[in-house]
Amino acid sequence: MRVALFLTCVNDTLYPNTGRAVVRLLSRLGVDVDFPVDQTCCGQAHYNTGYRHEAEPLARRFADVFGEYEAIVTPSGSCGAMVRELYPRMGERARAEGRGESLATALAPVVPRTYELTEFLVDVLGVTDVGAYYPHTVTYHPTCHGLRSLGLGERPRRLLQAVKGLELVELPGAEECCGFGGTFALKNPDVSAAMGADKVRNAESTGAEVLCAADNSCLMHLGGTMTRLGTDMRPVHIAEILASAEEEPAV
Amino acid sequence: MSGSESGNESGNGTGTGTFVGMPAFPRAAHDAVNDQTLRGNLRHATHTIRAKRAKAVAEVSDWAALRDAGKRIKDHTLRHLDRYLEQLEESVTAAGGTVHWAADADEANRIVAQLVKETGESEVVKVKSMATQEIGLNEALLAEGIHAYETDLAELIVQLGKDRPSHILVPAIHRNRSEIRDIFRSEMGSWGRPAPEGLTDTPAELAEAARLHLREKFLRAKVGVSGANFMVAETGTLVVVESEGNGRMCLTLPETLISVVGIEKIVPTWRDLEVFLQTLPRSSTAERMNPYTSMWTGTTDEDGPRAFHLVLLDNGRTDTLADEVGRQALRCIRCSACLNVCPVYERAGGHAYGSVYPGPIGAILSPQLRGTQSEIDASLPYASSLCGACYEVCPVAIDIPEVLVHLRERVVEGGEVIRQGNKVVLRPAKGHAAERAAMRAARWAFTHPAALRTGQRLASRTRRLQPRTLPGPGRAWSGTRDLPALPKEPFRDWWQRTRTRGGSKEGSK
Ligand code: SF4
Repeated sequence: MRVALFLTCVNDTLYPNTGRAVVRLLSRLGVDVDFPVDQTCCGQAHYNTGYRHEAEPLARRFADVFGEYEAIVTPSGSCGAMVRELYPRMGERARAEGRGESLATALAPVVPRTYELTEFLVDVLGVTDVGAYYPHTVTYHPTCHGLRSLGLGERPRRLLQAVKGLELVELPGAEECCGFGGTFALKNPDVSAAMGADKVRNAESTGAEVLCAADNSCLMHLGGTMTRLGTDMRPVHIAEILASAEEEPAV
Repeated sequence: MSGSESGNESGNGTGTGTFVGMPAFPRAAHDAVNDQTLRGNLRHATHTIRAKRAKAVAEVSDWAALRDAGKRIKDHTLRHLDRYLEQLEESVTAAGGTVHWAADADEANRIVAQLVKETGESEVVKVKSMATQEIGLNEALLAEGIHAYETDLAELIVQLGKDRPSHILVPAIHRNRSEIRDIFRSEMGSWGRPAPEGLTDTPAELAEAARLHLREKFLRAKVGVSGANFMVAETGTLVVVESEGNGRMCLTLPETLISVVGIEKIVPTWRDLEVFLQTLPRSSTAERMNPYTSMWTGTTDEDGPRAFHLVLLDNGRTDTLADEVGRQALRCIRCSACLNVCPVYERAGGHAYGSVYPGPIGAILSPQLRGTQSEIDASLPYASSLCGACYEVCPVAIDIPEVLVHLRERVVEGGEVIRQGNKVVLRPAKGHAAERAAMRAARWAFTHPAALRTGQRLASRTRRLQPRTLPGPGRAWSGTRDLPALPKEPFRDWWQRTRTRGGSKEGSK
């Protein structure tokens, strides 16, 4: 299987370790990973802020760059949801506005082949025990797009539960939004910060060392809130936990 | 309450909606977020009802089917709205009622004021109606010397407190018990029967005080004004669901009953009620069935009001119907479930939305009914993190995030919309130039990976010089959160450095 890693612009620029973890993890599971270097951004920030027309060329680019792969894997629930839920909508709108079939046609093959990482592991590879070792207490925050748009359900928790040494503790109010929401954090800073602070306090109340999620954007917002609130907790992407192994454990 | 003071009490008279002159959402929310009492009240109330609702919904094994049925009934009705409204007019008339058509708030207010004047009365009792609040009826009546008394407990609290509603179902959700006691003590006397001596803040005593105060009004009033939750086209029946019994009083005791109802509240047949009378109470109050369901059809000899008037209100609804994506907001049955799950509503409070429709539904309904021109209306589509919780709970499956994004596009890009039945081309809203430029620049970089790579490398090399707070518009974000440190090397550089074959695709397009 030719699998492409769609790392997303935030991960590429700010969280390269997450990308390295995905490569390490998938390689360990026998998957041949490629990283098409012409990839950039899914266009979600544009689309969700109201700049659909700026997002369209990015969607087209996604289709061009990833078109030839059998599966496209991304460690971001939010960007995964953009491709799977909103690209078809963009295609329909372009068609309805009489701008031809081409965007919809270009997107048609890539949309169903795009998987969020935990989905790919559980549904496509059929594994829940990925042979990871991570001796820490972890609480898991299911991010909104992963939870509601992609319906990841129990997949991330099942993967975490199978990790050796890991103790998973339940996060109170887990399904509430962390308050990031892309440009929402810029446009409504007070509300966004209040939501973030509540999430961090809930996470802290579990006594876990690590707050884990499948999306670095939310973790960036929560991590920034943690340092401001002066907590000892660390935000860690699920890929880094799943890639961690006994011979070389992640911290 | 801070943020609720900015003038409207004595009526803006224009009837373009309440809350005129509100600041944009982020500023209005700023005050609410920092009001600890308000946040405590809201948090407690929304979390309690949220949990109860989830339980009430889980009891129904065919909830998904009911939700889908509700959506389909409403969509079908909206598609043939003209036909069903005509049918309704015929049935209401045949049953002895009179139908009036109001294109906008001013017209509706004029009709109601005229009808009241014809009775020779100068007082009306009201059962909670969002439509009359939307059009500012109380203020318009007052300008004509007519006093309107709210009889729903929460509305009464809002009216006595010279306040504004902040929730669809519990308009006084932002008040706690001791605040309510203070309002009753100081205000009831000037509106009618005063609060009993030594009133405490126990719920039973507060309810009894309200009951005594209201009873006097019910028995005196000759004119009642109501809204309706549903109107049945085939029979001309109107339906109000409520839980205090005040609706039943307002609907049966007066000699004249005037109902002001939005045109989207119609359902084709009696049978359709079966769906909504299950989904509405469970979604809103978490009850299996609401305590009082009042239904009335025209007039009946020697029973109830002698005269019945139905004022059918458009006020932007037909324009909303013309919008393919936005029209789904008209399916709303005002259950308020979306408010109760919304994390933004919970922190910002209902007043920040600057409309009688707060929360997620308000954020998509108000900018459609009123247009996106005012500052507050242009900010409402952004009053959401797009978390999707509202869509998940909505009993008629309104995809609120979808409509929010659609309206954001209207705000920043302008475009064609229907206003008062005419096509108008909107210009992009002011104040988005810098954002638009940033979005274009980002799109440009994202369609030119080589430039993007250069930028990333430059950022990495200068990373020690970079502050962890942002200048300009980003300051708002980094004011309360730290930015992560930039890594030494972006992923793509690591990939190309370590995998020679990874580079083979470079320049392939
Ligand atoms: S939008 Fe849906 S959830 Fe919100 S009030 Fe209307 S019907 Fe209820």
